[in-house]
Amino acid sequence: MIKVKVEQLKKSFGSLEVLKGIDLEVKEGEVVCLIGPSGSGKSTFLRCLNKLEETTAGTVIVDDNDITDPKCNINKVRENIGMVFQQFNLFPHLNVLENIMLAPVDRKKLTKEEAKVTAERLLAAVGLAEKAGEYPPNLSGGQQQRVAIARALAMNPDIMLFDEPTSALDPEMVGEVLEVMKQLARDGMTMIVVTHEMGFAREVADRVIFMDGGYIVEQGTPAEVFGNPQNKRTQDFLNKVL
Amino acid sequence: MNGFFEYVGTCMPQLLVGMKLTIIMTFLALILAVVIGLVACLFSISKVKPLNWLSGIYLSVIRGTPLLVQAFFIYFGLTSALGLRIPAFNAAIIVLCLNAGAYLSEIFRSGIAAVNKGQMEAARSLGLPYGVAMRKIILPQAIRIVIPSVLNQFIITLKDTSILSVIGCGELMRQGQMIVARNFRSFETYAIIAVMYYVVVIFLTKVFQMVERRLANK
Repeated sequence: MIKVKVEQLKKSFGSLEVLKGIDLEVKEGEVVCLIGPSGSGKSTFLRCLNKLEETTAGTVIVDDNDITDPKCNINKVRENIGMVFQQFNLFPHLNVLENIMLAPVDRKKLTKEEAKVTAERLLAAVGLAEKAGEYPPNLSGGQQQRVAIARALAMNPDIMLFDEPTSALDPEMVGEVLEVMKQLARDGMTMIVVTHEMGFAREVADRVIFMDGGYIVEQGTPAEVFGNPQNKRTQDFLNKVL
Repeated sequence: MNGFFEYVGTCMPQLLVGMKLTIIMTFLALILAVVIGLVACLFSISKVKPLNWLSGIYLSVIRGTPLLVQAFFIYFGLTSALGLRIPAFNAAIIVLCLNAGAYLSEIFRSGIAAVNKGQMEAARSLGLPYGVAMRKIILPQAIRIVIPSVLNQFIITLKDTSILSVIGCGELMRQGQMIVARNFRSFETYAIIAVMYYVVVIFLTKVFQMVERRLANK
C-alpha cells in the first residue's frame, strides 16, 4: 500500500527555487533515508509532506489525502503524520508527560487518564519512564529528542518524519536516539528520515535517496547507493562524508 | 515646619480619596487594556488582511496622538457629536484603556515573536489547529516573556491617569487642583501629590520586581 505519493513537487522561496520537481512513492512500512549536501532541499521536501511548507506546484498525497488541495483538512491529516525536529521543539512550559498527553487529549478526545497510560507506556519504550515529571529544559538533548519521538507517537501516527533528528545532539547522545528510531523501524513504522548519519541509513533504510540542487539525483537500496553509486555527484558527496 | 505637617493632615483625606480613584482607574483600565491589546495583537498577526489594517489604524492613531488630545476628543468631541453625555469617570476609563491597549498590543506582539518558531511548527505538526496551538503553546510562553513590560505599562498608565484630571475626573491630581483653587497653596499641595505618586510607583516597582524574580526562578 502506498502511504506517500509525491508528483512533480516544486517549491520556491521568492525567486529561489528549492525543489525543482520531485517524484516519490513510499510504501507502508518502508524506511526511506534522504541524504545530500546542505541546501539540497531535503528538509524543505520533508516539511512539504505535512504542509509545514506550502508547495508551489505539484501534488502531495498522504494516506489518500491530497494535502495540496486547499479544501483538505490538513489538521486531520497531520494527526497521522508524526514529526521529529532537529531542535526537539518540546514545549518548555509543560512537563514531559504533559508534552506527550496534550495532543491526544485535545484532538483524539481521550480522557486524561487514558492519555496518561499511553504516555507512560511510550516514555518507558524510549527509556525515560522516570522523567515523566521533569520539565524539558532539565533534560539532556538526547533525552529531549526521545521525549519528542514519544510525543509524536502518542497520536498513533502511521507515518513518521524525522528532520535531522541527531544533528543538534552531542556525539555521545546520538546513539540513544538512533536506537529508538531503529526499534521503531523494526516495529514496521513508515519512516522518512533526513539524516547525516550514514551508518544509520546503511543499516536501517530500505531505500536511500540522494538529493542535490532540488532534485532526486539517485536512489536505491543502501547497498546500491553506498556500495556502487552511479551518479558523479553522489560519488563526490559520499567520498566527502564517508 | 509644624504648619506644613498640619497642612498635610488637613488635605490628606481628600487626597486619599483621589488616590483611591487613581488606583481603581488604573486597575480597571489595565484589565480592559489587556483584553483590547490581546485582540489587537491577534488581529495584527492574523493572516486576514482587513484585520491587519484594522489593528494597524488603531495602533497608529493612538501612538500618533497625545493622550490629552484623545481625552478631549472622546469626552468633549465624540459625546457632543453623538449627542450623549457620559460621566467623566467612564470617559477616563475608555481613554486610558484604548491608550494602554495599543501599547500592550505591541508588547504582546513582540512577546509572541520571541517564542521560538519551532514551537508553533511542533504544535501544528501534531494536528493542533492554529487557535489551539496559540492558546495552549504560544501564549503561555509569550505571557511569561512580556510580564515585565506589562508591569511597566501599569506604572505608565498609573501616572497617565493624572492627565485625565482635565476632564474633571476626581482622581489624585484633580483633588489637588481643587484644593489649590481654594487656598492657593500650590507649592505644598503639588509637592505632597508628587510624593504620593512617587511612593505608590516605587512600592509597585518593588512588588513587581519580586513577582519577576519569582517567575524567573520557576
